[in-house]
Amino acid sequence: MSLVRSTLLAAAGLLAFLLFWEAMPRLGLINPAFLPPPSTIPAAFLREVSLGIWPEAVLSSLSHYVAGLLAGAGAGVGLGLLSGMFRPFESFTAWIVRLLRPIPGLAWVPFAIIWFGVQPSAAVFIIAIGVFWIVFFATQGAVRGVDRDLIEVAQAFGFRSPLARLTKILLPAATPGILVGLRTALGQAWMAVVAAEIFGVPGVGQRMMQASSLLSTDIVVVYMLTMAALYGLFDSAFVALQGWLLRWRA
Amino acid sequence: MADAIIDIRALSLAYERGGVRNVILSNLDLTIARGEFVVIVGESGVGKSTLLRVLIGLARPSAGKVRLDTRPGCRTPMALVFQDARLLPWRRVIDNVAFGLEGSGLSRAERRAKAAEMLALVGLADLGGRWPHQLSGGQRQRVAIARALAVEPDVLLMDEPFSALDSFTREGLQDELQRIKAQTGKTVLFVTHDIDEAVTLADRVVVLAGSPGRVAAEVRIDVPRPRPRRDAALLDAARSLRAELSRRSADL
Ligand SMILES: Nc1ncnc2c1ncn2[C@@H]1O[C@H](COP(=O)(O)OP(=O)(O)O)[C@@H](O)[C@H]1O
Ligand SMILES: [Mg+2]
Repeated sequence: MSLVRSTLLAAAGLLAFLLFWEAMPRLGLINPAFLPPPSTIPAAFLREVSLGIWPEAVLSSLSHYVAGLLAGAGAGVGLGLLSGMFRPFESFTAWIVRLLRPIPGLAWVPFAIIWFGVQPSAAVFIIAIGVFWIVFFATQGAVRGVDRDLIEVAQAFGFRSPLARLTKILLPAATPGILVGLRTALGQAWMAVVAAEIFGVPGVGQRMMQASSLLSTDIVVVYMLTMAALYGLFDSAFVALQGWLLRWRA
Repeated sequence: MADAIIDIRALSLAYERGGVRNVILSNLDLTIARGEFVVIVGESGVGKSTLLRVLIGLARPSAGKVRLDTRPGCRTPMALVFQDARLLPWRRVIDNVAFGLEGSGLSRAERRAKAAEMLALVGLADLGGRWPHQLSGGQRQRVAIARALAVEPDVLLMDEPFSALDSFTREGLQDELQRIKAQTGKTVLFVTHDIDEAVTLADRVVVLAGSPGRVAAEVRIDVPRPRPRRDAALLDAARSLRAELSRRSADL
């Protein structure tokens, strides 16, 4: 199928979806208070923007998102490298990992609130945990999967220290696998943003909860679409970065 | 030998696996003179690669001594060219060649300049900016040779470096290697299982045989260089080496 045709089909599909969505409340099949027709969304969006609520909520959520992502991914890459490089470290942490890993990120909310209060740092903490495991396992697996033959090349040229092995071979060779984990984390972190903010930390999630308690479903939809758009933006930027970092691949 | 650069004495190596001791090399003696081109031949599995791996420090002998008379204080007295080029796919060709220079104290620009010089030496001056996956098998092997030469080793170790290449490319690279050898005066220890390749390149062919492996025969190839391909003297040398090999395998 040509690119033009598949693009046209995709646009037609989206249009059909919007028409269906518009028709349901308009034909009285669904109460408009439960599902606002899409035509009402732009007005709701403009209202939120002109009140200054939208930029504030988005900026606040973005700051949680970026801080949580950096902390979680940083710790995930760091510990993943250690565990992938050193068997004893992996053995030492094996049961700790088994104990902590199955705990869902949201189960940390009570502690986040006790430790940090209803503060941005609580949201950052929950987001970081949500991201950590994905990145940790991706990194550990990528390091362990590095071709031993390439490590021998480094040794044959006299690079025998763990640090040289890391910087000259392991890190570059593991980059594709680490990036796959990071990209998954990029999406996962948005989930954690909403969850963390629903408990009252200012941001998109909190605004959605407020709006839903007032049955302002059009505002809820505004923020749902906002997150979809932000995710799309970040993911596209990440894919571009990934393509550049991995330009050496066939 | 008066001017020995490598002196291997009573070298033994065994791999232990699941309590079973598998002796690969036993009591191997081999001396290599400075500037000599020594080719090691032997059946697959006899321990040729293992011997090179011991010399480069990738494997540890269980017994015996290796004495090196290389330049004192040299970080890389030997460099190894693997059978599969083993270029680092995330580095451009020029940076692959510069790889071994990174611990040498040279600046990045100096390393690049040295790498460019080596690329020119192997006839790939224009390909420095490519990624390894954009090269042919022969070009990749040339880059691997340039990478090894860049660290200015006293001894160049080569483990069946041309065996995966088609015969045109292989002969081209054999000529190239002889030219580089003549130009740099390096000592070369070259492993192959190709008899014609061995007699074309070698000052001396060393036959490894047996299980565990040891030096079973040595044949000097006294044919002056440059050696024209399929020269009668070379064909003679190949014939007598083949005879020697079949006699050996009859003995074993
Ligand atoms: N790391 C290792 N552990 C156990 N056995 C090995 C190892 N490396 C090589 N061997 C064995 O040592 C023998 C010699 O191998 P090698 O030196 O590669 O032979 P060649 O290069 O002459 O074909 C082979 O039987 C091989 O299976
Ligand atoms: Mg071998």
